Amino acid sequence: MALKASDLKVGDTHSERLVEDLKRTQLVMYAGASGDYNPLHTDEIFTTKVAGYPAVFAHGMLTMGMTGRMLTNYVGDGRLTKYGVRFTSQVWPGDTLDSTATVEKVSEEGGVKLVDLSVATVNQNSVVVLSGYAQARVD
Amino acid sequence: MSVKSFPIEFSHIMMFARAVGDDNPIYHDPDYAKATEVGSVIAPPTFPQAVAQFDSDYPLRPKPGKPWFGSGGSPTGVKPGQGGGGGNGGGLHAEQHFEYHRHLKPGDVLTATVKPGATWEKEGKRSGKLIFSESITEYRDQAGELVITARGVGVRTERPVEQA
Repeated sequence: MALKASDLKVGDTHSERLVEDLKRTQLVMYAGASGDYNPLHTDEIFTTKVAGYPAVFAHGMLTMGMTGRMLTNYVGDGRLTKYGVRFTSQVWPGDTLDSTATVEKVSEEGGVKLVDLSVATVNQNSVVVLSGYAQARVD
Repeated sequence: MSVKSFPIEFSHIMMFARAVGDDNPIYHDPDYAKATEVGSVIAPPTFPQAVAQFDSDYPLRPKPGKPWFGSGGSPTGVKPGQGGGGGNGGGLHAEQHFEYHRHLKPGDVLTATVKPGATWEKEGKRSGKLIFSESITEYRDQAGELVITARGVGVRTERPVEQA
């Protein structure tokens, strides 16, 4: 379902839980589907003994992908025109992530109605792991 | 990197959507999709990243007969190549931006052309010197139309990111 410009107000929010107790197996699934086989995400021996991290950690793009699900659930399928993020903190197995989109602007450009959103995903300690923006066509 | 053929395929979309925990039928049910505004299965917004599967030189995929820096029975001592991981493992992903001119669907065959962007440095509190580098990827479809523009920023750190 697409959003209606006339129903949107600056400051409106949409939130979803992206994942609870993130599993290492999901990192393996993401590696396989995306083709990013960096051992930092799936190889505990390499990551702890060679790279010097406490554990394997999520691909940034997995967090962006899960956050994208929150966005498309909100704005509708095929409606995004822009989506961009910064990865601000690492995401670890066991993390629980919640994500929020906030309406920043509703506008019309050449007859196309658009909503601009800010996007933030936080972990169970309220640390922001991803921050960004999105724009979508609305009715 | 440039990729001459990035075929957008139904099963690949289904697996990618599963991996990001998205059970929306628009990614796996053609009958459902037919009745929606978009009219067919489409790819999730971050799917262009899976172009790595079609890059023959992609450094983060083990290749038969070539050294690989991930562990076997124990660490191998092989140094990660370009694009390898943080600290002793190389680079991390700092930013990613997409502009969608239209959404991808099974049957599309894209080309990807990558241009290097800016590079810059910053002193980080938790990981020493940070070297950022940007790249811009243009995805064009079988008709030569620009469908997605992607801008990625990678960062190489002097040492592993310290944990708070």
